[in-house]
Amino acid sequence: MRLEVLDRGHRLATKALFALIRLMTRQPVSPIVKLIAYRPDYFGGPMKKITHEAMRGSSTWSVGDRELMAAFVSQVNACQFCIKAHSAVAARAYGDAAKVAAALADPDKAPISEPLRATLEFLRKLTRDQTVGADDVRMLLAAGVFPEQVEDALAVGFAFNTINRLADAFDFLVPGPEAFEAGAKFLLAHGYR
Amino acid sequence: MTDIGRAQQALIHRILAGEGTASPIDRRAAFDNRGVAAPLAILVEKTIARPTAVTDDDFAAARAAGLTEDQIFEIVVCAAVGQSMRQYSSARAALDEVNWSE
Repeated sequence: MRLEVLDRGHRLATKALFALIRLMTRQPVSPIVKLIAYRPDYFGGPMKKITHEAMRGSSTWSVGDRELMAAFVSQVNACQFCIKAHSAVAARAYGDAAKVAAALADPDKAPISEPLRATLEFLRKLTRDQTVGADDVRMLLAAGVFPEQVEDALAVGFAFNTINRLADAFDFLVPGPEAFEAGAKFLLAHGYR
Repeated sequence: MTDIGRAQQALIHRILAGEGTASPIDRRAAFDNRGVAAPLAILVEKTIARPTAVTDDDFAAARAAGLTEDQIFEIVVCAAVGQSMRQYSSARAALDEVNWSE
């Protein structure tokens, strides 16, 4: 990573935990784990609360839907680490990797519901243009999305627009597929706490 | 419905006003993307608008200007959270406008 403190500046207890993770998973410690665990009182701790609530809090969107939104936002931002990480979680949550790949390639042709398709397009516009207006919301509601679902999708958008920026600014190393599969398994079992 | 409002405010308060190594003024400038001093302006602008274009040289320039790694860490975090918050607020305002008018 571009800051040495994010690779090697952690507290001793955190470094010991990293050694345990490496031993048990036989994978390098994920750069997102290193970021969140560095000075956790400053950023990682508060950000984990937001991300867990957005991704695993009470919502009528399924876990798979929200992970797909995370992957989709990451794709709009061209954040390779986060696209792969959250595609893997979404594929595992749905039990359908082809559906995730299709939704990322073209939501219009993917086997997903109309409300989810419209929400992905809404998140695309917000992420790409940095802003949306009342007409964009009206289109979303007309597609059958409830206002509460819009808020839930915005929470996912906030979390991943933040993490995507940090992943690329700090230059997260993109590991092989085994590491993402291990990460997906962990995130489905434990969430983001 | 998920509720990130309080956690979001806690994050913003912590990164801007809590204990840190960069000055609160510099953290706020990065968060707002307004009035960022020259050596950091490019890094902040790229983090906000085109993070895949950030380079090692952008970090080297910040170090050469005398910033510590912790200061750079805080500035980049503030820039990223600030822009995501502006996106989020824009959408929330649009949703509120529709909710109130219909």
